[in-house]
Amino acid sequence: MSRHATGADAAAAGQGAPTDDALQGGMSRRNFLKVTGIAGGGLLLAVGIDPLGNGLLAAERAVDFVPNHFIRLTPDGMVTIMAQNPEIGQGVKTMLPMLIADEFDVDWESVTVEQAAHEPDKYSRQFAGGSNATPTHYMPMRRAGAVGRQLMKDAAAQQWGVDASTLETGSGVVSHPASGRTVTYGELADLAATLPAPDPETVPLKDPSEFRIIGTPRRNVDNPKIVTGQPLFGIDFTLPGMLYAVYEKCPVFNGTVVSANLDAVLAADGVRHAFVVDGVGNTSTLVGGVAIVADTWWQANKAREILEVVWDEGPAAEQSSAGFQARADELSTQTPENMLREDGDVDAAMGAAAATVEAAYSYPFISHAQLEPDNCTAWWHDGVMEMWAPTQTPDSGRRDVANVLGIEEDQITIDLIRCGGGFGRRLYNEWMVETAWIAREVGVPVKLLWTREDDMTHDRYRPGGFHYLKGGVDAAGQLTAWDNHFVSYGSDGRFAGSASLSATEFPSRYVPNFRSGASLMPLLVPTGALRAPGSNALAFVMQGFIDELANAAGADPVQFRLDLLNRTPLPTTGRGGGLDTARMAGVLESVADRAGWSGPSTTPGKGRGVAFHYSHRGYFAEVVDVTVSQSGRLTIDDVWVVGDVGNQIINPLNAVNNVQGGVIEGFSHALGQEITIEGGAVVQQNFNTYPLIRLTEAPRSIDVHFVLTDNAPTGLGEPSLPPAIPALVNAIHDATGKRIRSLPINKHDLSWG
Amino acid sequence: MVVSFTVNGRSQSVDVSPEMPLLWVLRDVLDIKGPKFGCGISRCGACTVHVNGTARRSCTLEVERVEGAQITTIEGLSPDGTHPLQLIWDELDVAQCGYCQGGQIMAAAALLDEIPNPTDDDIDIAMNGNICRCGTYLRIREAIHQAASATEGASQGTGSASDGGDR
Repeated sequence: MSRHATGADAAAAGQGAPTDDALQGGMSRRNFLKVTGIAGGGLLLAVGIDPLGNGLLAAERAVDFVPNHFIRLTPDGMVTIMAQNPEIGQGVKTMLPMLIADEFDVDWESVTVEQAAHEPDKYSRQFAGGSNATPTHYMPMRRAGAVGRQLMKDAAAQQWGVDASTLETGSGVVSHPASGRTVTYGELADLAATLPAPDPETVPLKDPSEFRIIGTPRRNVDNPKIVTGQPLFGIDFTLPGMLYAVYEKCPVFNGTVVSANLDAVLAADGVRHAFVVDGVGNTSTLVGGVAIVADTWWQANKAREILEVVWDEGPAAEQSSAGFQARADELSTQTPENMLREDGDVDAAMGAAAATVEAAYSYPFISHAQLEPDNCTAWWHDGVMEMWAPTQTPDSGRRDVANVLGIEEDQITIDLIRCGGGFGRRLYNEWMVETAWIAREVGVPVKLLWTREDDMTHDRYRPGGFHYLKGGVDAAGQLTAWDNHFVSYGSDGRFAGSASLSATEFPSRYVPNFRSGASLMPLLVPTGALRAPGSNALAFVMQGFIDELANAAGADPVQFRLDLLNRTPLPTTGRGGGLDTARMAGVLESVADRAGWSGPSTTPGKGRGVAFHYSHRGYFAEVVDVTVSQSGRLTIDDVWVVGDVGNQIINPLNAVNNVQGGVIEGFSHALGQEITIEGGAVVQQNFNTYPLIRLTEAPRSIDVHFVLTDNAPTGLGEPSLPPAIPALVNAIHDATGKRIRSLPINKHDLSWG
Repeated sequence: MVVSFTVNGRSQSVDVSPEMPLLWVLRDVLDIKGPKFGCGISRCGACTVHVNGTARRSCTLEVERVEGAQITTIEGLSPDGTHPLQLIWDELDVAQCGYCQGGQIMAAAALLDEIPNPTDDDIDIAMNGNICRCGTYLRIREAIHQAASATEGASQGTGSASDGGDR
């Protein structure tokens, strides 16, 4: 495994800061192209693209804008395309290069994809999160490829003394139909390297009808290595002379070391170093602990059996799940501290309602549980911190390491290593900081690897939450009143990370008498984003309670939802809102049609549920069929998913995989995942007490269909997950009459009859 | 303590603590990275290897217990990535992050060695010990069925529909 994916390229490219020309004028174009020859012949195409696709950048962004670097073409016609974003299993290492290759007009089979390192002077927005890669990079990557194609035409035009407009391209060949002459891109590479750059903003792009790669099924470029066990992941990376480290932290969040028996640990087999790290008291960068460094990882971890640490546990020790539940129930009897939105007269509407439903919903903390535990490799030498990091956010990882170690950001190099799952865990880089700290202490290459127990008990969790709901329907079976008191985590009027509820969370604006308020409980457990943050829990509540109200109204669950979507919404207040109900109704109608929806099940023990949710710019509606035996054994049978993410599915082969994975993950959350807190520490340590969904529990089929609408393409990493959970819960109710209002499902007795 | 065994056809002798799990001997002593670490308590299956032809979880298998054994890791399943499972795993694009897939393929290979044409129930039993956090289970199941068919020369198909979208 190479140390530097692009070291040679960096040397050859001579890339630097934008020229003065590019910086002049606050609103002038920032996109530009720089063409450079490379040693040994060939062309290095550096394309500066505004990642927002506006073609214009405000002055305050000018200093951040730097050239990108995407295509390497050698005289023998080898095309290497750089994949700029971290790959966490979402498929961007394949997808982003597809965009470039198609517009460059080469055959996909002729392309080699290479992972870019974290090089902010070459690439912008190198991060994996928010389902952002597609909406951010769809046009910029296409422009990068199109610029390359134009350059090939310009080179051939010069070589033949013809006008570039008379030329065509295809499969890496430029042709002049009038004369029958052809020349390969490779043969043009050296000449192209001397030519001025076409303007990315005006270079012609393909019409989608001309796509030969985009929209076609393409396999994960790393499949051959994956199926033969080649070293691809952070945990696999090695360097000569590398040592292995573990880092013992206080089970109670942010506890600090008082003392540790380092001498005894140093005497253990294979141990080379053992030392206390004070940390900076910040769970997202570096908390205190004891580092053990040994010849093999197993020896380092084994030495923890001898390690005895006296901890100062700190204030988090007072916190527990039982305490949160009790406090939430207490707060629910009081007026919400913060009113998020009020419309109409909720109390009057409830009084006038034909039927009302009251329900308390809750969901637990959950842990990311990406299968590869957090790890990082670093080598501090000659004033440089070289890092090989399976991270989703190298920008903030670099910043955190620099800040905590007191070094400059440009003293750090970061190679982006494939992640054995991200799911939001690797948005947070405290394991990078730990590794860098240890590396600087020991002065040789070191790999820090967390155990599963370390990972599960030192996460940034999806926070739990408590919703105290009441709803009312009128005699016509329409939803007229909605009242929610959301008890969440946070302080000083601010929600904790990923613990918020927006004032415009559906069905807000679609119910004439509406009240949504929140109260907060202080929390010393770290929380953060987990795949479809917010939505992964809120869809369960909103679409579950909407289902309850549909039941109370005696209404068909699909029709009840369509009726809601058909209403004229009340004005949005402040940020958020903007749900395109036509798009949502479109996917809902489509999924009902594809599933053959005909209302509730008439067979006891068989049930069907529906739900929809909008998140990360994607509109998804899902139908789930279940069977529940009389003794309460649940089988998820079939699932139908319809999604609208705009006018183009870039890689349909990966798109379906990603969507199915999101659905299965939603089921996993719902079925058995629960993290509880006792004495400020996480109780669950491993998969025996924190079960993930297995093959036998997955549905037998997940039918995935994309409705294409006239909107720019958006991402698929997350939006299929949220509605899977309420669709499942609604199906269970349809099958058994049992309404699940708290997750996980495995805490409930589903027996019936 | 010196322990000797064969890995992917090559003889190996290691001088390590006898209780060191085979997984870590393979990864950190022999630089064989295919078997992965996911849990350390044999609950996730990422560490699956074959010991004398049987699928075993190497993370809890002390190396002294494989003295004289023939061990196969994902790297040694075929000389060139052409085991029917490896081919079909690529063709169906099973993997997302890919971390579990070496273990999945090793478990599936052991199944097909024992039951060349497995039913869904057979697959359930053999594969339930292998977690896929990314949720590629439908493609795993389909891949095993197709690999079984390819080996048998017959043609079968099960599993999920997929769709590139329509207007």
